Amino acid sequence: MADTTQEHTHGGDTAPGDSREELLSSLKAYVIGLALAIILTATSFWAASTHVLWQPGVPIGLAVLAVAQMGVHLVFFLHITTGPDNTNNVLALAFGVLIVFLVVAGSLWIMANLRANMMPLEMMDLHHQR
Amino acid sequence: MFGKLSWSAIPINEPIDMIASGLMILAVLGVLAWVTVKGYWPYLWREWLTSVDHKRIGVMYVVLALVMLLRGFTDAVMMRLQQAVSVGPDAGYLPPEHYNQIFSAHGTIMIFFMAMPFVIGLMNFAVPLQLGIRDVAFPTLNSVSLWLTASGILLTNLSLVVGEFARTGWLAYPPLSELKYSPGVGVDYYLWALQISGVGTLLSGINLATTILKMRAPGMSYMRMPVFCWTALASNLLIIAAFPVLTATFAMLLLDRYLGMHFFTADGDGNPMMYVNLIWVWGHPEVYILILPCFGVFSEVVSTFSGKPLFGYRSMVAATMAICILSFIVWLHHFFTMGAGANVNGFFGVMTMIIAVPTGVKVYNWLFTMYGGRVRFNAPILWSVGFMVTFVIGGMTGVLLAVPPADFILHNSLFLIAHFHNVIIGGVVFGVLAGYMYWFPKAFGFTLDEGWGKVSFWCWFVGFYLAFMPLYYLGMLGMTRRLQHYDNPGWQPWLIVAAVGVAFILAGILALIIQLVVSMRTRERRRDRTGDPWQGRTLEWSTSSPPPAWNFAVLPQVEREDAYWHMKRRAREERAAAAEALAYEPIHMPLNSPTGFVTAFFAVVTGFALIWHIWWLVILGLVGALITTLVFAWRDESEFEIAAEELAQVDRAHQQAYWAGDTP
Repeated sequence: MADTTQEHTHGGDTAPGDSREELLSSLKAYVIGLALAIILTATSFWAASTHVLWQPGVPIGLAVLAVAQMGVHLVFFLHITTGPDNTNNVLALAFGVLIVFLVVAGSLWIMANLRANMMPLEMMDLHHQR
Repeated sequence: MFGKLSWSAIPINEPIDMIASGLMILAVLGVLAWVTVKGYWPYLWREWLTSVDHKRIGVMYVVLALVMLLRGFTDAVMMRLQQAVSVGPDAGYLPPEHYNQIFSAHGTIMIFFMAMPFVIGLMNFAVPLQLGIRDVAFPTLNSVSLWLTASGILLTNLSLVVGEFARTGWLAYPPLSELKYSPGVGVDYYLWALQISGVGTLLSGINLATTILKMRAPGMSYMRMPVFCWTALASNLLIIAAFPVLTATFAMLLLDRYLGMHFFTADGDGNPMMYVNLIWVWGHPEVYILILPCFGVFSEVVSTFSGKPLFGYRSMVAATMAICILSFIVWLHHFFTMGAGANVNGFFGVMTMIIAVPTGVKVYNWLFTMYGGRVRFNAPILWSVGFMVTFVIGGMTGVLLAVPPADFILHNSLFLIAHFHNVIIGGVVFGVLAGYMYWFPKAFGFTLDEGWGKVSFWCWFVGFYLAFMPLYYLGMLGMTRRLQHYDNPGWQPWLIVAAVGVAFILAGILALIIQLVVSMRTRERRRDRTGDPWQGRTLEWSTSSPPPAWNFAVLPQVEREDAYWHMKRRAREERAAAAEALAYEPIHMPLNSPTGFVTAFFAVVTGFALIWHIWWLVILGLVGALITTLVFAWRDESEFEIAAEELAQVDRAHQQAYWAGDTP
């Protein structure tokens, strides 16, 4: 689709991605992003398999690495910036985050509530023993 | 070699099945033979099947939807006839397993293959024209979306001839839809047909949302967009947010069925209730995906035929976007009775009542738009007024069902059936038919017959009330949905009334067909030469009917809302032949591409092979689709140039025709 967006610039049309082309799509940014993503991935694999670290801290560390990974993807691959030309992308991201939050939080709440209401007591006990 | 497929897959012992599939095959062969005899194939292939023009793609979506309306309606007639007779000792004419397939197919077809293509087709056709641009953001992808939707439709219809369709209801709840309880191919047909067409819908949503956000005509700021574009934006944002949930949910059910996993099984720590939860995370936004663009159509129609700007444009936009967000926090009202506690049920009940508020705002806006206007009662506005009356009733029964204690009594009864048909027929069907009659002259260059349009409206309107008001009453008497047979003779009179209502709706559908035939025969008399048959207010009416492939020779400069209305006023005052002064420049248009059609061919092959476990054919289909994509990605030419002289010639001819037809 890169082709069509390029050529739509003829005749004064604007098309998605036009304005940011020169800003961020340079090869350099992609390479930096890829390197950072690989480093973060490798680090999490190392953290999960090593015994050097304090074990209870590992899950928190993995969560931090995961969030950092998301940040890298957003900045280097999805080109989210704070620039004024980027309002649409930021709004789209905010909408996406909101919907994911509603769906995940809502599902957890509903399913937890069903569990509390529907599971007979002896089953509950069984569940805790495992 | 052929997996589960054998001669026994063809239902040779079931006369109704065989007659239905025989008629369908005859009809398809008849159309193919007619096209071949007339030698239309090259034209069809060049101008339609490979077209990437958003207008033609929109038209093809609507054609698909109208054909599937006939198929889904046939199912409805069969169900109504069965319920009208199958009381007490009489078992009716449909065996239970066949009846179950019919109600499953009816729901699936009407939502996914009638309402969705119709709504997407109208958006495809009208949104770029209203925005004052020449095409959507990704024209070839648009063609891929269309043909993937057609693939899903083809697979669903194939199930009539080869194998069977799901007997699980239109949402295929597990554990019934799991392999253990539905070992046949019916559920697989359902799942793969919807997975393939779902991808098409998602791509279409991305395409249209990008178009609206990024490609508007110069000066078309957000607050100058026609309301139809706003509702289309909201609807496509919902598609992007909701359809991945559907795809993921179906993917998990497929993993259960194909690889023995336990996401939703009753045993092995699976949880069927999670499926119900997830499917409605998609299912409720889906309702608004369908209805929002119809609200947009009504806004355009009411404003145009009242000769007034829309009352409360800003509140309309705010209401649309509020619905867009709120529709994601009400999904539990589809399963109040599944066992959630009072807090959860209470929260979702209250949210459901709140979502009725922005909808109410819209109804008042339409009423105030008509108030004090000089309303012309053409067919499109009849549908709109009929909608307002009917939809308000459906909305009120919806608020009633949003009260959890009431829902515990009415859940799964015919009251529920009556409610959602009330909002879907009264809202979506009336909406798309209003849009069909409103934009038809723009698409084909001649108006539809008013008389038959009005006949169709009154038949649908009366038919709807006769068919569904008895169901409200039966629901309150305690009749549950999906009954193949019942013992209470007191219910029968009401079900006979409902069957009579269906006869009225049949008359409405026949009137639609007659209207189309009559209008085509008399099209020379009803040519729309000005491009503006309704005295429209938005940009689609500023170009000729049908519009040239490039829509606008020079992109319009938008200075305010109701852009075309004000352009016309100014042009009339100045009375200057504005076309002479315009500077035409050559433009580039995308080339037609068979990519969509070929991709869809391989999608059908893959889907069919997956359903019947023919693994080598699955690989063949996937490789074919991959190669098609690669060929498209490495193409050398994607656009062609249209010379300035050609643009000037066509455009000036339209301007002259407009001023010739204009008698102020």
